[in-house]
Amino acid sequence: MKTQKIWAWVAILFGSTYFILPLIATFEFSLRMRRGEYSFDAYRSVFSDVQFRESFSYSILMALLTIVFGVLLVVPTAYWVRLRLPQFRPVVEFVTLLPLVIPAIVIVFGYLRLYNSSSLIPFTGSARGTDLLLMFAFMTLSLPYMYRSVDTAMRTIDVTTLTEAAQSLGAPWRTILFRCIFPNVMSGVLSGAFITFAIVIGEFTMPSLLNRPAFGPYLQLIGANRAYEPPALAIIAFAITWASIGLLQLLSRFNKTAPAKP
Amino acid sequence: MTAAPSRPLIPKKTLVDWLGVSPFVLFALMFLILPTLYLVTGAFLNADGQFTLENIAGLFTPKILASYSISLKVSLASAFGGALVGFFLAWAVVLGGVPAWVRSGLLTFSGVASNFAGVPLAFAFLATLGRTGLVTVLLRDWFGFNLYATGFNLLSFLGLTLTYMYFQIPLMVLIITPALDGLKKEWREAAEILGANNFQYWTRVVLPILFPSILGTFLLLFANAFGAIATAYSLTGSTFNIVPIQLYAQIRGDVLHNANLGYALALGMIVITGVSNFIYIWMRMRAERWQK
Repeated sequence: MKTQKIWAWVAILFGSTYFILPLIATFEFSLRMRRGEYSFDAYRSVFSDVQFRESFSYSILMALLTIVFGVLLVVPTAYWVRLRLPQFRPVVEFVTLLPLVIPAIVIVFGYLRLYNSSSLIPFTGSARGTDLLLMFAFMTLSLPYMYRSVDTAMRTIDVTTLTEAAQSLGAPWRTILFRCIFPNVMSGVLSGAFITFAIVIGEFTMPSLLNRPAFGPYLQLIGANRAYEPPALAIIAFAITWASIGLLQLLSRFNKTAPAKP
Repeated sequence: MTAAPSRPLIPKKTLVDWLGVSPFVLFALMFLILPTLYLVTGAFLNADGQFTLENIAGLFTPKILASYSISLKVSLASAFGGALVGFFLAWAVVLGGVPAWVRSGLLTFSGVASNFAGVPLAFAFLATLGRTGLVTVLLRDWFGFNLYATGFNLLSFLGLTLTYMYFQIPLMVLIITPALDGLKKEWREAAEILGANNFQYWTRVVLPILFPSILGTFLLLFANAFGAIATAYSLTGSTFNIVPIQLYAQIRGDVLHNANLGYALALGMIVITGVSNFIYIWMRMRAERWQK
């Protein structure tokens, strides 16, 4: 029993060294910009870069749009499948897992061939069209996470009874969906939203191949051309990931205690 | 005048039922299924649109085989390393008797780190193990050990594997911890009453139960690494020829000078990640039998 505990601590120590060392090194490196002393010059340089602000706000806007449209697609579908088409559920579950199976680069390759400017639906013919396509691409990427968190939240509520109760009180479909189902699966929606946010902000492949000025390609460009800004950006990106996943986990811990009340 | 109006060809309720999922079906077709099918069929066509196996045969040329081989090596090595270290970390927090805060700390961190991939991860490792990275410098200044004189290079198989493990280990921890939690105390007691020692308990009881979870997660990690591009691309530029980078270059500028060969390259990726993911899902279903 004693040796077991020692080995456990050895494993923890080894693991935390491997995890923490790169973070310390990245932070240290990001402070090295001014010769001979530590300073936050790299961060100042990053934040004053117009391209940083533009690409970052572009990605945030895309993330918000992806979340809104993703939720509008996933929640009604998950609801409807539970209510009316339970036999269709395995198919929906399978399809929502596909983005984990097919690499993102392959999916976007397909888009470029299927929706180029000479095709029937020329998404990539204009900048706005490409933005739209990119949003759909992000929706595809986040589909597995969004669907599963919403579906898990929906499992805990009795969809049929809620619907019947609302109907017998004379509620139209829109009211049932937005005032009855949505608030009840809000925890799932929020979990899906945070993870979508984290995915969209960092995604490189899709915006890069679609030639849109997102944060991911900007990071890559800076990485290829500058020395001290990249580690500063890595720290910023890590903080963003930490914030969105941290909020997500706070939320799920909050939810675990929620069913306890009557 | 034939059929009664009360019996239309398709009952109205059925029609409404299916209409409800039509946005989802349309979305999945347009942005998931048709684009993939387009590439898959393209892999079996020549430039004139006739059926051919030439593109598939074209994959078995030295240059493309080399990129598949290095991709497989990096993915296998990082999945193996990630699974091994991740398993021991999960074992340490579940069965090692460490305080509870270590467990929640590790799980929270794993949730973040498994999502911390892509370009920033490459920056972090360049700042750590690059030529002027902190660890490289400290090893040199404190211990007089020149890491790069040993032939180590971050822009290589070993460097990329080490970097990938940063998101592979946390993923393993997140998936395998619940499986370890599911080991029942009664099993250990039963084994001990029947005279099993610790080694026998682990090899004859625990590992057979956990085997589907471990193998399944290993395959998930493998597929995860195989499809990843951003980290490798910003770490090594286009010098390191793993399959996703090759495909990226092909999409950008048709470097293979054959569009259909590019489709075959994509098909190869789908087949490899697809097969490993399906075995993962299958293994997971087997593993869930023990987690009730």
